[in-house]
Amino acid sequence: MILLFEQLLNGLQYGVTLFLLAAGLTLIFGIMGVINLAHGALYMVGAFAASWVAIQTGSFWGGLLSGLAASAIAGVAVELGVMRRLYARDHLDQVLATFALILIFNQSTVLIFGRQPLFTSVPDVFSGSVEILPGLPYPTYRLFVIAVGLAVALGLYLLINKTRVGMLVRAGATNRQMVRALGVNIQGLYTAVFALGALLAGLAGVMASPIVSVQVGMGDEIILATFVVVVIGGVGSVKGAFVAGIVLGMFDTMLRAFLPGLLQQVMPGPEAQALGVGVSSMGIYLMMALVLLVRPRGLFAARG
Amino acid sequence: MKREHLILLAVFLLLALVPYAAELTGQTSWTRLVGQALIYGMAAASLNFILGYGGMVSFGHAAFFGIGGYVVGILYHHFDAGTSFLGLIPGTDQMLITLPAAVIVAGLAAALVGAMSLRTGGVQFIMITLAFAQMFFFLFISLKTYGGEDGIMVRRTNSLPGLDMKNKATLYWVVLCFAAAYYLFLRRLVQSSFGQIIAGIRQNERRMAAMGISTYRYKLAAFVLSGMGAGLAGALMVNFLRFASPDMMHWSRSGELMIMVILGGVGTLAGPFIGAGVLFTLETTLARYTEHWMLPVGILLLIVVLTTRGGLMALIRRLGGKR
Repeated sequence: MILLFEQLLNGLQYGVTLFLLAAGLTLIFGIMGVINLAHGALYMVGAFAASWVAIQTGSFWGGLLSGLAASAIAGVAVELGVMRRLYARDHLDQVLATFALILIFNQSTVLIFGRQPLFTSVPDVFSGSVEILPGLPYPTYRLFVIAVGLAVALGLYLLINKTRVGMLVRAGATNRQMVRALGVNIQGLYTAVFALGALLAGLAGVMASPIVSVQVGMGDEIILATFVVVVIGGVGSVKGAFVAGIVLGMFDTMLRAFLPGLLQQVMPGPEAQALGVGVSSMGIYLMMALVLLVRPRGLFAARG
Repeated sequence: MKREHLILLAVFLLLALVPYAAELTGQTSWTRLVGQALIYGMAAASLNFILGYGGMVSFGHAAFFGIGGYVVGILYHHFDAGTSFLGLIPGTDQMLITLPAAVIVAGLAAALVGAMSLRTGGVQFIMITLAFAQMFFFLFISLKTYGGEDGIMVRRTNSLPGLDMKNKATLYWVVLCFAAAYYLFLRRLVQSSFGQIIAGIRQNERRMAAMGISTYRYKLAAFVLSGMGAGLAGALMVNFLRFASPDMMHWSRSGELMIMVILGGVGTLAGPFIGAGVLFTLETTLARYTEHWMLPVGILLLIVVLTTRGGLMALIRRLGGKR
């Protein structure tokens, strides 16, 4: 029971990371109609910048700031240099150009930092653990990650539903042409949305950096799961990204934690282990296929 | 028409001479390189049929490539061990059996994936094909009997009656013949009424539906045909490299197949082969000089996507038109 609760929290923490990535991706997707495979590269940039600065200066908070700055700058550079030319193209060109960006980002990171993973420690404030249930201590840092994720979710909700920029974002996700026809500076809006998405991806990377190993290719692993979240949640819907992110994060963590054990009761050990790991990796994709069969546009699609 | 035939014949003869040229110059790796490029060309061409002619952007095509390869690998594994697949199907190393089996199994997988994926469109289609490919990828990783993450070694290339398949040059010529036959098949297919309907669906699906054509069925048939082609290519690749691994269906492999199509020219017959040849040669040559070969490849790819429309085939056609 306690193990279950702990895994649920782990799932929540993973779900929050997925949400941070998916929120930016779904906005970019919904408003500009661009498939950005390189979104995971921005996550990697955030994680690397934060870890490197944290290792050099010894300050997690300095790392946090530089990680956010680095990913936002990289995002704006990508938008101005590459994305801007892709808005009018079809999805195929977008997939390829951003695939090329992944190669470029990954190899540049190898050139700068080498292939060895970077390791950082959690900040002193959060180094301990809290006993949230009797007999269940849980690392404070992971709780902090969850809190940050939920706070960002609230902030995004307010930004999108209560401000003028948010109104433009919503309008853009519903009907791009109409927004342009009404004389909105769409170029500026695009750059701003892309920067925001990059910032959120960077934040996810920074938050994850003390927990996961910061290495080249870390973005590629999580970006596929993020796409699943975006598609299940419905392209362009931040609410969908939130719901799908949390659900998928928990679902995936649960499968990974318990499926191999369950399988071991019906078949021999090593094979059950391998099959359990394989099937739990398939889980989220299976879920996406099922959701799309029932609702081809995802759960909360912005465009009707 | 006449000119096209001449060019095709010349290219075929030139490719047939590759093993001799390799022998003469002492660059024996050429045969292996060109052979692999031809096989990737087949896989890219099969993808191009749905992507370029049918407008279905499948991001999971490597799955069928890998499944075709695994059929050969699994059949060989059971042949070698003297066991049967699921206790029913005995293994074999006869190419006349393994290749059709690979094509059929890949076709069945494509039918399954296509039947579900084609209910969606646009971005969702791209993502759902990717999702299915990932499921196959993880499925094969979790099969410990067939090597799991390490894959299966196929110690000896499948045998064809009357041919010495151990000979590298013979194997190369077999691959070349398959590639040529597949090229001619696609050429017929594109010109057939079926191919015309597929192209019509790409241009305007609603119009085709209004004309009384059940577009879903046609798209599904095209998807299955394309998957079968990829399966054939995968089966040949496993024979050529004597190795099948889950890497064959990794999602970046699907991306690479798309790159080959785009680089060569979407919706052209020769484009995917040219794209595969260029990309594969580039990768292998650069990899010899630097471990960071992905950086120049990425930059080149970005330039190609951003500045050219229609890939290398458009470039060739423009150069040809100037004359």
